[in-house]
Amino acid sequence: MSNVSSTSTAEPVARLIAALHRLPGVGPKSAQRLAYYLLQADQQQVTELAEAITLLKQQITLCSTCLNISDAETCVICRDPKRDVAQICVVEKPMDILPLERTKAFKGLYHVLHGTIAPSEGIGPDQIKIKELLARLQDSTVREVILATNPNVEGEATALYLQRIMSPFGIRITRLARGLPFGADLEYTDEVTLTGALEGRQQLG
Amino acid sequence: MTPPRSYRAEAIVLRRTELGEADRVVTFFTAEYGKLKAVAKGVRKPKSKLAGLVELFTHSTLQIARGRGLDVLSQGEVIHPFLPLKTDLARSSCAFYVAELVSRFTVEHQENVDLFDILLGTMVELCETRKSDLLLRRFEMQLLQCMGYRPNLYHCTACNAQLKPTTNAFSPSGGGVLCPACAGADPAARGISVNSIKVLRLLQDGDWATALRVNIEEHLAGELEHVLRVYVEYLLERRVQSATWMDKVRSEVRKAVPPDLPQPSQGKGRADTAAAH
Ligand SMILES: [Zn+2]
Ligand SMILES: [Zn+2]
Repeated sequence: MSNVSSTSTAEPVARLIAALHRLPGVGPKSAQRLAYYLLQADQQQVTELAEAITLLKQQITLCSTCLNISDAETCVICRDPKRDVAQICVVEKPMDILPLERTKAFKGLYHVLHGTIAPSEGIGPDQIKIKELLARLQDSTVREVILATNPNVEGEATALYLQRIMSPFGIRITRLARGLPFGADLEYTDEVTLTGALEGRQQLG
Repeated sequence: MTPPRSYRAEAIVLRRTELGEADRVVTFFTAEYGKLKAVAKGVRKPKSKLAGLVELFTHSTLQIARGRGLDVLSQGEVIHPFLPLKTDLARSSCAFYVAELVSRFTVEHQENVDLFDILLGTMVELCETRKSDLLLRRFEMQLLQCMGYRPNLYHCTACNAQLKPTTNAFSPSGGGVLCPACAGADPAARGISVNSIKVLRLLQDGDWATALRVNIEEHLAGELEHVLRVYVEYLLERRVQSATWMDKVRSEVRKAVPPDLPQPSQGKGRADTAAAH
């Protein structure tokens, strides 16, 4: 494997290459190509990119209701009056909302756990946003919770655990992923499969 | 002689971590090479043919290609998917514990076919057993013995006197039981009952049939679990992470209310206890 920050490269370029190389899906070659592209691009384009990256972290926060990424106290989905507040779809990460939204088959709200129970990594229920989910069930507006954690062992454990601790609330609890292939990520699942999984969701317990 | 470009292994998945956009690094325990890591490419995509092979606890035969860095999983066939370990919360939490212990007690590329058989046998029985507690104790005893930490349950590890049927003490650093006279020598030693020693002996001698017939009430089960957990954590010099989860799942099972008696007011209390741990 080639060393991306070789000593023959000027320090600022080497630093950029190293930073780009840390991004997902960017290998050493692509990192070099991007860095040299930016080096010869016009100043405005480079400034725009740098600002977009800086503002991303400064202006993005978590929605106070569903913990999705948001540019305001409440995210666009939670503030949309047309969404059905009686349904909450529980996902592992903000990115999982995108494929579900693309199906247009789900009109309810979301809840982002920001992780999954991963016992061997020491991540238990208290390390993800389960308390926040339970708090949303306290008033009786929610009638159904759809568990859309990934169809793998950790996602399944998280769903089974949630089902168990939510059962006293007397709401309908369904599992989305039962029709999905075991081991796959929701993020990469196509709309047709997801729509089918939404329609065919099964009640747990 | 150059080593072959690819090799075959019978494996059980112990751990996996995400790599890049859609790959995973998978830790397997294999019959042929002990613990080993390999990259599984594209397995987080739904159409991946390898996805099933790298799901946790799955037992399969694999074909692995040698890579410049990590080896790469090329194909394989599932022998046991062990579905109950993936879809039953209590069994799944036990499987995490078993996989973590095997992973923590071993180093990569050190062949140990006995340990592979112990792991496989435990996973097979874990899918069906109604006595998962006792099965885990057997697994711990087998693992300890296999890794050279067989506890001495017949003689005092300090004075070598034959143990009498009375409350003795278990000493993690001594690797076994201390008689009452020597118990003070190790401040970390904790009392161990006659019945605990009896059950551990049955497990150590491999008399599983008799062990299954013993009526182990809750207090004794708790003592057995504690003695071995302390010993295991002493040897590993660290906490077993998945034990916390296993304990939590078990306490949830115990307090589970019938699903047809939902009471939202009760829910708040439950939720608070769940979060308080
Ligand atoms: Zn929101
Ligand atoms: Zn003694």
